[in-house]
Amino acid sequence: MLGFASLYPAHNYDDHRGWIVPSKPITMPNLFKLASPATFYPVAGRAIPWFYGVAVVLILIGLYVGFFETADQLGGSNPQKEYYRIIFVHVPAAWMSMWLYLVLAGWAAVGLVFNTRLSFMMANAVAPTGAIFTFLALWTGAFWGRPSWGTYWDWDPRLTSELMLFFLYIGYIALHSAIDDTRRADRAAALLAIVGLVMLPIIYWSINCPDPNQCAALHQRSAPGSIHMSILIPMLTMTLGFWSYSFATAFSRLRGIILIREADSAWVRDVVAREA
Amino acid sequence: MSELFSQGGYAGFVWGAYGMVAALMIAEVIVLGRNRRTILARLGRLLRARGDRRQGSGRES
Repeated sequence: MLGFASLYPAHNYDDHRGWIVPSKPITMPNLFKLASPATFYPVAGRAIPWFYGVAVVLILIGLYVGFFETADQLGGSNPQKEYYRIIFVHVPAAWMSMWLYLVLAGWAAVGLVFNTRLSFMMANAVAPTGAIFTFLALWTGAFWGRPSWGTYWDWDPRLTSELMLFFLYIGYIALHSAIDDTRRADRAAALLAIVGLVMLPIIYWSINCPDPNQCAALHQRSAPGSIHMSILIPMLTMTLGFWSYSFATAFSRLRGIILIREADSAWVRDVVAREA
Repeated sequence: MSELFSQGGYAGFVWGAYGMVAALMIAEVIVLGRNRRTILARLGRLLRARGDRRQGSGRES
C-alpha cells in the first residue's frame, strides 16, 4: 500500500509533524491514508486482539494434534516418536525467523525507496519478535539435536547460518538504538537489514548436501510432499498461529513506536489524554 | 497423563523446548503491555509539563 507514496515525491521527512495527506489524492486515497501513522494507529489497535485470538486458537489446535493425534501414527520402537514433537515448535519458529526477516528487510527497503516513516517503524516493530523466533529455533533445535544427534550444538551449515541470522537481528536492533537521530538510525539499520538478506538463501540452501556420507549436513534435503500429513498439518497450524502472534506483537510494538515518534502531534495528545 | 509428562523418557528435551517457547512468547506479551503503560505515562507527563509551561509564559501556540 505504501507504494503509492511514489506519486507524492515531496511528502517525506520535510514535515516532522506527520505524513501530509495531499488535498487532491491522485488515486486510491483509502490505501494511501493507511500509510499515515495517525490512521494506522487505531487500525492496528483494533486488529491486535483478533490476531492474539487467532494465534491462541491455532496454537492450541496445533499442540493438541501434535501431542495427541500423531504419536501412534509414527509408532514402532523408534525412540524418535517421543521427542519428534519438538518439531511442532522448532520448524514453525525457524520458518518465522526467516519470514520475519524478509518482512523486516522488505519494510526497510520500502522505507528507503519511498521515504515513508511508517515502513521504518514497521521494520523496527518486527525485529524483536523475529529475534525471539530465531532464538527459539536455535534453542528447540538444540533440544532436538541432543537426543537425535548426540549433541546440543554443531557447526553444521544450517545451524551456523541460523545463528548468524540471530546476530543480524541483534545487530539491526543494536545499530538502530546506537544512533540518536531517528532518521539516520532508520536508514543505517535498513541498509544493514537489506545487506543481511543474503543470509536467507544461505540458510535455505544450507541443507543442500547431496550425500550425507560426503558432507556433514545434519539437516537433510526434504520436500514438503515427503512429510507425512499428520505431521505437516499441525506444523502448518502452528506456523499460522505463530504468524498471527507475530502480527499482534509487531502491531503492539508499532503502536508504542508511533506514539513516541509522533509525540508532538495533536492526535497523540488526544490519544494520551484518552488512554493514559 | 503421566505418559504425557514423561514423553517416553524424553521429558527434559520436549518440555525444555516447549517451556522456553512458552516462556519467551508470554514474556514478550507481558513486556509489550508494560511498555505501553510506560510510554503512555511518560507522554502524559511530558504533555502536561508542556501545557503548564505554555500557560506560564502566557503564549498559546
